[in-house]
This record gives sequence, C-alpha cells and structure tokens, in this order.
Amino acid sequence: MISAISVGIGILLLALALWTVVVRDTFAAVAGFIPYGLLLTLAWLVLRAVDVALTEAAIGAGLTGALLIRAASRLHPAEAAAQAEAPGPATRVAAGVAATAVAAVIAVCLLRLPDPAPTLAPEVARHIPATGVGNPITAVLLSFRAIDTLLEAIVLLFGVVGVWSLAPDRCWGGRPGLAQAVGPNDILVYLARVLPPIGVVIGIYIFWAGADHPGGKFQGATVIAAMWLLVMMSGLRDAPPVSRRWLRVVLVLGPAVFIALGLLGALTAGAFLAYPDGWAKLWIIVIEAALLPSLAVTLVLLMVGPPQRPEVGP
Amino acid sequence: MKTAADVFTIVAMLGGLFFFVAGTLGLLRFPDTYTRLHALTKADNLGLGMVVVGLLPQAGHLVVALKLIVVWLLVMLTSSDVSQLIARAARRQEKES
Amino acid sequence: MADVLIADVLIAVCALVLLMVAVGLLSVLRGPTRADRMMAAQLFGTGGIAALLLVGTASGVDSVVDVALTLAVLAAFASVAFVKADRQSEGDTANEEGT
Repeated sequence: MISAISVGIGILLLALALWTVVVRDTFAAVAGFIPYGLLLTLAWLVLRAVDVALTEAAIGAGLTGALLIRAASRLHPAEAAAQAEAPGPATRVAAGVAATAVAAVIAVCLLRLPDPAPTLAPEVARHIPATGVGNPITAVLLSFRAIDTLLEAIVLLFGVVGVWSLAPDRCWGGRPGLAQAVGPNDILVYLARVLPPIGVVIGIYIFWAGADHPGGKFQGATVIAAMWLLVMMSGLRDAPPVSRRWLRVVLVLGPAVFIALGLLGALTAGAFLAYPDGWAKLWIIVIEAALLPSLAVTLVLLMVGPPQRPEVGP
Repeated sequence: MKTAADVFTIVAMLGGLFFFVAGTLGLLRFPDTYTRLHALTKADNLGLGMVVVGLLPQAGHLVVALKLIVVWLLVMLTSSDVSQLIARAARRQEKES
Repeated sequence: MADVLIADVLIAVCALVLLMVAVGLLSVLRGPTRADRMMAAQLFGTGGIAALLLVGTASGVDSVVDVALTLAVLAAFASVAFVKADRQSEGDTANEEGT
C-alpha cells in the first residue's frame, strides 16, 4: 500500500521538477520549487529518514525557497535582458549530450551497486551507548565525525565573510538589506509579533529533542533563524549593523567552543575531539548549545545579504 | 475500546477527506483569486483539522496528541494570516494592471 | 489485526489527500496571476502536512509530529517571503490601506 504512495510522490516530484525547469517566469519557478521541497520532506519520511526530512523541511523548502525568491526579485530588472539572449542550436545540442551522459553514468553506477552494501552501521550501532546520546545521527555528527561538523561550522562562517565582502566599500560594517517601512495595521507585523515566540520555542524544543529523537542543533537553528528573519522582513526590527561586537561574538562562539573542547579532549583523552569516558554527553550538549545561536545568526546573515546601508558613526 | 477509537478515526478521516475534496474542487472551479483563496484556506484547513482530530486516538503518548493539536492551531494561525497577505497582494496586482 | 486495517485506511486517505494536493498544485501553479502562484506554498502548508501526518502515523514513525511542526512554521515563512518579494518588486514597502 505504501508503495502506491511512493510511486505517487515520485511522479509528482518529477512533474514539479520538470515544470520548475521549463517555466519562463522566475517567480513561478520558485513557486514550484517550494512544493517540490516540501514533497521531498514527505519522501524522506516515507523512507524513514526523519532527521533528513526535518532538515529538508527547514533548509530545503523554507530557507532555500526564501533565498531564491529574494534573488529572483532582485534580478527582476535584468530578467528580460537575460531571457532575450537565447543560446544557439550548437550549445543546446552540446548541453543535451552532456546532461544525458551524466544521467547515463549515474544510472549505470546505481544499477551496479554491490548488493550487501559495504557499511559501517553495525560498528556504529555497537559503540553508540558510549556517546551517551540515543539518536544515532547525533552520535555520528557530534562524536564519530565531529571533525566534519566542526569544519562545516567554520565553512559557514567563511560563507558569511564572503557574503559581507560583496558590500560596497562605504557600507562595510553597515546594516544589511534595505530599510523596511512598517504600517501600524499591517497584517505582516501582527504575524511577526505572534509567531516568533512560538517558533523560537519550537526551535529550542527540536534542538533539545535531537539528543535522543530526530532533531538537533541544525534544524532548531534554522527555525530560530526563520523567526528572526520574519521579524526583520516585517520591519518590526531593523537588521543589526554587522560591525556590532555582540553579533561577531555570537558568530564565533560556536566554532570557538567546539575547537576549545577539541583541544581539551586532546589533553585529557589523547586525541583532538576525543571525549573522556563518561563525559561525552555533557560535552556534546555544551557544543550543541554553543553552536545553536552561532548557526542561527550565521543563517540569518547569509540570508539577509551584504551590508547595503552605511552605518553612521557610533 | 480500541474499536471505538478506530471507528472514530475512520469517521474523522472521511470527514477530512470530504473537506479536502471540496477545497480542491473550489480551487479548480472558482472564477477568481479571492474565491479560490477562500476555498484553499477554509476548506483545506478544516480538512487538516479533522485529520488531526482523527489521529488523536492513534497517538501513542499524551505528549504526541498535544503536539498534534499545537500543529493544528499553528497552521490555523499562520494560514489565516498568510491568506490575508496573499489577498492584499492580489488586490495590489489588480491595481497595478 | 485492527492495527493493520487502520494503517491501511490511513494510507488510503493519505493517497487521496496527495491526489487532491497534486490536482490543486496543477490548478494553482498555472494560475494567471502571481497571487495564485503564492497559494502553492499555502496548499502544501495544509494538505502536505495532513499527508505527512497520515503517512507518519501509518508507518509508526513517532517523531512525524516534530516534522509537521517544523513544516508548519517554515511553510508560513516561505509564504511570507513570497509576499514580501512581490511587494518589493512592485516598489511598494509602505503601509497597506485599510485595516
């Protein structure tokens, strides 16, 4: 019975993907992309990958959709000119051949996968109790492959610096985004007053539940980031200037704590990012609690863009 | 006891399904954006509400049941707001053209 | 025994809800105005969440409600981003007329 749903989801996904690629108006394409992301959430759930479903719902549909639609609206003036340059037939044929070749290679690889797939899952399952957390995803992300999570957090930080570097010189350190005007009767302001408290509680709950159930700091941080973005989009609060000290401290706090605990682990347990026996769960909680605000602020800054208004003196 | 809960679930599901079908029919047949917005927000929300109510007896834990109700209330809050926003956007687009 | 029956009913209802969502998407994405297309995210915010809850409960995945919570919040956020982008591209960020 479930296979009927899987087939249905698959067909709908393909149809939506095709539509998103083919349609001419960018706005319409993004309008099709968001249901595509939400449908993927459903697909992940049917495959019983609940953590991935959470991340897909948060990042894949929500944040990426918002990012795309903001980009589309900024590019709107140039859209007509871009659509007027049509590629010649030779380019189209070359693109078609390249795309088909890539698809064929992927298909062949998929069909020739070894049947008992080589996996470390039984080993991991044997050692999970040592980490103290019940959710295997959290155990892998923050214990067995903690170095990957650390590097990912640092890469996101570099991303923020990269986004800031797009600011014009005179605006460096200023406020991101354009100023928003707020009307007192605006429904958006009402939503921005009522939803964020609920959203923040949900975000913190998902972060906390990540220890033993699907969830974790990344999905929780995304929900919290979305709430702050909502407040900024409605004009209720302005974006802070990126030169503010508290902003930069919060950005760096997460990776800094992570590295500090890693070095401490090197001193007490013999290897960088090793956890001493019995302390694993506490350290993991500390790292996650430090990473949560950093991640939320990082995501907000990535979404809101480079500074566009110079900050007048202190 | 279990069969009573199951019967309740099935009845609620059928009700929810009815509202979803009604909402989609409205989406297809209504002439303009505003009426379609009505069909979408009101009927589909009621469908979701009945589905949630039907799932309440199937929830393993009291906490899960409470979270289900929170989901429903959250969706009602946000969709009522968002439908207003979309309606104003439609009005604005009408005035532009 | 009864559990299997309920699970089947939930899956059947989920399939039908998905069908309704698909048909709705078809109508809404083609919609002549931008406002029509904005309804796509809303459609998923209700119908999609219903399908999610149904499939999750039928498969016995307990944390499906958490996914539904996240989805509800972020679908609303995505819809607001749409409306905001539409406002900005029409050059209108001032207050709305009326209440």
